[in-house]
Amino acid sequence: MSIHWFKYSSPQTFYPLAGKMIPWFAWLATIFLVAGLYISFAIAPTDFQQGEAYRIIFVHVPAAWMSMVIYIVMAAWAALGLALNARLSAMMAQALAPTGAIFTLLALVTGSLWGKPMWGAWWVWDARLTSELILLFLYLGFIALQSSIDDPRRADRAGALLALVGVVNVPIIYFSVKWWNTLHQGSSINMGAAPKMAMTMLTGMLLMALAFWMYTIAVALMRVRCIMLERERSSDWVKALSVGVKS
Amino acid sequence: MNNAWLTVLKRDLLLALRRRSDVATTLFFFLIVSSLFPLGIGPEPAVLSSIAPGVLWVAALLAGMISLTRLFAADFEDGSLEQMLLAPQPLTLLVTAKVFAHWLVCGLPVVLLAPLIGLQYALPGDALLVLVWALLLGTPALSLIGAIGAALTLGVRGSGLLVALLVLPLYIPVLIFGAGAVAASQNGMSAQAHLSLLAACSLLALVLAPMATAAALKVSVE
Amino acid sequence: MLLAAQGLACLRGDRLLFKSVSFELMAGGLLYVLGENGSGKSSLLRLLCGLLMPEVGEVHWCGKSIKQDPETYLSNLLYLGHLNGLKDDLTALENLQMSARLADSLVDEQKMLSALTSIGIARCANLPVRVLSQGQKRRVALARLWLTESKLWILDEPFAALDAASIEVLASRLNQHMSDGGMTIITTHQDVEISAQSTQTVRLSA
Repeated sequence: MSIHWFKYSSPQTFYPLAGKMIPWFAWLATIFLVAGLYISFAIAPTDFQQGEAYRIIFVHVPAAWMSMVIYIVMAAWAALGLALNARLSAMMAQALAPTGAIFTLLALVTGSLWGKPMWGAWWVWDARLTSELILLFLYLGFIALQSSIDDPRRADRAGALLALVGVVNVPIIYFSVKWWNTLHQGSSINMGAAPKMAMTMLTGMLLMALAFWMYTIAVALMRVRCIMLERERSSDWVKALSVGVKS
Repeated sequence: MNNAWLTVLKRDLLLALRRRSDVATTLFFFLIVSSLFPLGIGPEPAVLSSIAPGVLWVAALLAGMISLTRLFAADFEDGSLEQMLLAPQPLTLLVTAKVFAHWLVCGLPVVLLAPLIGLQYALPGDALLVLVWALLLGTPALSLIGAIGAALTLGVRGSGLLVALLVLPLYIPVLIFGAGAVAASQNGMSAQAHLSLLAACSLLALVLAPMATAAALKVSVE
Repeated sequence: MLLAAQGLACLRGDRLLFKSVSFELMAGGLLYVLGENGSGKSSLLRLLCGLLMPEVGEVHWCGKSIKQDPETYLSNLLYLGHLNGLKDDLTALENLQMSARLADSLVDEQKMLSALTSIGIARCANLPVRVLSQGQKRRVALARLWLTESKLWILDEPFAALDAASIEVLASRLNQHMSDGGMTIITTHQDVEISAQSTQTVRLSA
């Protein structure tokens, strides 16, 4: 590792590359979103028990998937950053966290919107909803820790450790919440008892999940570009960039 | 190696002995928090005994967490933490000694005090016994996990509140199993499964948490 | 026995404190780290201890990176930073005892008392450090130098807050350490005469 610090090239070469990739992912996200929404609102049949309200699962389920996937991806980037001392990885972790938190929030809100017609209550201590809530806490903890540490390198490492601890804990938390739920409420209320998955519904959900995925990548890349500029503002390449903008 | 472990343990116990008020604060906190609930909810014994497991566990959780912020902070400020990092001993070992001392000073008194408060909540005898066992098996996990949060937030502004935000979600399994154990015994069921899971949590925390704490300390001392 | 720094660079926040700092320190050698306030002297010392990770570069002890074999390195290292590393609620003797045990060196009370006598604070041996003055606290921390078997001493402003007599005592202890084949890395603002088999300086410019 005898590379000079300012020649540490990853952010410098990644910045323009990310800029080129963003429109592609944004377009893909739009296409998948339009297709997914069309299937879920126009093609998928009305559920005979739940009526139209069930259509919210086309947003709820993919959002819940994404909230978990993003946490794992974030922890993986963080671990990579910690192991290799690679700044770019830590920046990716930092860039993913807000998107993950937003999807978690979306899953919570849509879950409670769906719960109202189904169970007659805005909030039910259903195992999945509760786990999502705890996941939101984990995301918020990560963001709060990173933003309260001034030194970026320390913030990266501390955040990475927290993400790793969180990822070890997530299955334990999920198991314990599930156990708690069955002990206290029986299995009468369960989001898993969604209407039987028809093929069209699965397609709709998968398309929505793909749309969310592409959106996540596009947004994370945008955010990571901002983080790079901010972190490396005193480096030569950022200065060169800003000179180019001015002239 | 064991020598250093004992040294740190002895040192922290001696310091706690010379600063007895810190220990008392934790206990008072536990006492006050758990005495507030009956005042807020009403003195109905049936209601109280049904909320007792949760209330006592949450109070123990909060009391442990409040004392945790001091676990490394004083050593960090006077430089003895960096000397510990520079000792030719595995840092994980020294961390376990510190956490164990913390548990002896802050965790164990709560465990011993809990049955008294359980009486206030009209808990029957066997439930009290299960409560003590559950706390005994579960509070080490709280100290071990909490140490990670304390290490991560060293010297950070607003670290007290931040520790709560980081650590409380991680405490949830212990809370569920711990309160569940007492509730199970109240309902005339065996608390065996809950207690085993609590012990498993503590063992897992004992294996993993000191490593994470040591890594976090290295990051924070930079 | 050799300490080698190879192309060290240190970044704090987004500010480059120093780069390409290299030196080799042999047995009996003394290294002065010079520079203005904020030029990164303390950071360099912490980096050499392994408390701080260099942005670029490595520190080698006897040919091995200190990251590879930290325990051998640390058992040969004594570091005294800005902070004294003393617990206010323990007595001077207890503090010395704890730090000696942590360093795995066996010292009895007699030895500790004579260490405290050497630096002139034997009468504070059984007082809690809390009641001592700044200079006295510093001297309690420095008493470790009379108890250690470490070969490499890294001292950050050891003469600060000391009176003239103590400075002289400390300087002669450093001389003795170097003539015994030890090594010292030091930052200081005072002009103190220390003799060593070889003396070098690293100058950091902000």
